[in-house]
Amino acid sequence: MTIYAAIGALEQGLVYGIMVIGVYLTFRILDFPDLTVDGSLPLGAAISAVAITSGLNPYLSLLCAAIGGFAAGAVTAVLNTKFKILHLLASILTMIALYSINIRIMGGPNTALIGSATVFDPLIALGIPPHLASLAVFSLISLVIMGGMIWFLKTEFGQAVLATGDNAQMIISQGVNTHLIIIVGVGLSNALVALSGALIAQNQGAADVGMGIGTIIAGLASVIVGETVFGSSSIARAIVAAVLGSVVYRLAIALALGLDLGGFTFSPSDLNLITALLVIGALIAPNIKKKLLAQ
Amino acid sequence: MITVDHCTKYFHRGSVNEVLALNDIGLQVAGGDFITVIGSNGAGKSTLLNALAGSFLLDSGTITIGNLNITRWPEYKRAKLIARVFQDPLLGTCPSATIEQNMALALRRGKRRGLGIGVRAGDRELFATELAKIGLGLETRLQDRVGLLSGGQRQALTMLMATLVRPEVLLLDEHIAALDPKTAGQILSLTREIVAEQGLTTLMITHNMKHAIEFGNRLIMLHQGRIILDVSGERKSGLSVDDLLHQFYKVQGEELANDSMLLT
Repeated sequence: MTIYAAIGALEQGLVYGIMVIGVYLTFRILDFPDLTVDGSLPLGAAISAVAITSGLNPYLSLLCAAIGGFAAGAVTAVLNTKFKILHLLASILTMIALYSINIRIMGGPNTALIGSATVFDPLIALGIPPHLASLAVFSLISLVIMGGMIWFLKTEFGQAVLATGDNAQMIISQGVNTHLIIIVGVGLSNALVALSGALIAQNQGAADVGMGIGTIIAGLASVIVGETVFGSSSIARAIVAAVLGSVVYRLAIALALGLDLGGFTFSPSDLNLITALLVIGALIAPNIKKKLLAQ
Repeated sequence: MITVDHCTKYFHRGSVNEVLALNDIGLQVAGGDFITVIGSNGAGKSTLLNALAGSFLLDSGTITIGNLNITRWPEYKRAKLIARVFQDPLLGTCPSATIEQNMALALRRGKRRGLGIGVRAGDRELFATELAKIGLGLETRLQDRVGLLSGGQRQALTMLMATLVRPEVLLLDEHIAALDPKTAGQILSLTREIVAEQGLTTLMITHNMKHAIEFGNRLIMLHQGRIILDVSGERKSGLSVDDLLHQFYKVQGEELANDSMLLT
């Protein structure tokens, strides 16, 4: 693997890491498997791209993307809590609806951002090479999000979010409206996913309606790989592990794609197979370790 | 202080499994009353407590606490007034949160939860003092996860959490039934202390006739969703276990008589 491929994987790992924190929030903390993310990632990309091409400041476009993502997550959560639709089904409904909505937002299946303003411009103007500028921006934003999430989960409201996923009956008996908590929690999760999508679009120079396919799988893979490799003994540790898991996941994929086994190479279409094998490996590794230690 | 007026609740209404769980039930509870609730399985004891707590809404009737009509209030809103301890010791606490985090959640029962820090440094002292009262040594384990505690320890913690902020009404749904006899005794005396200390209006379901007579100032017996016995004061303290058992068999005998009448 070349140094460029490694930097590329690190960059991807960090920017998708923001999405992974969102997936961690729903999947692990709220115990709410949420497939909305496959739609809210391109939603964030679409909103940001359209906002920028209409002349809005790229940083403000991130905020718009996050608000859009929050709304998408809130729709899923309202369908689940107020209308009693199974969480998985509610999220799939929002996800497929978003496919059409994203095309409506962009007026087509994609929007190019080549030559448009991006969040990386201020750093590039300082003479920093573009690939390092994006790495710096992604590192900074993912650090801020990690810190923000760790702080949030320590607040009174955040503690109620944790309790909702842990023991809903208990926290209702303590006077918490768990419907509200789920709506805010799933909304927040999708706001992060949309923010991640907006940054990805600005980095790759285009928003595309198909870019969200497999987001939930990548998110789950990163969460599980992170927990296996870096542990999850506390909330703070689990959140850092989720982002690092995302980096490991992207590195593993870059490594696999660069592999040359006597003429056999993986093609990008093998990505799903590699992901599946990686998740299976991460899930069974703790068991194998336990068995080996027991002997 | 609590008025349960003509309350009726069906489960699975309109299906073959239809059950009339509360049958036009009425109950007046004065402030500070400690009522023990007895009755056979399916008599409606838990349903009555759940109706008060708002686990479901009634088919008809009204419930008021003080001058508040809470009939249509959702469960979480009623938690401002009502604290509960369940039979299952696992239901009252969060296993992956620490003891202090659980207590901090309970300290804000019925209050707004904002972005202030969840466990405040100043609260730890209060938590330790309260935990020291139950004598299980939990005051030195504030940072331990509750999932590490035994069922009895968790139930003691739940009892403490339910009364950390004084509730208007305390509902105890067979809260010692799932514990071993020694722990059950400890939780029961803790219950007596806390209720007496705070002068709480309490409803306690029990299957133990001795406890039902010994505890509280009033006793009600439920049968088929109705209150069939309501004694208080000296009449209650004069009751014997045999009297209650006699009552039990009497209503069950009537039931048998009715059934045989239907069959013949």
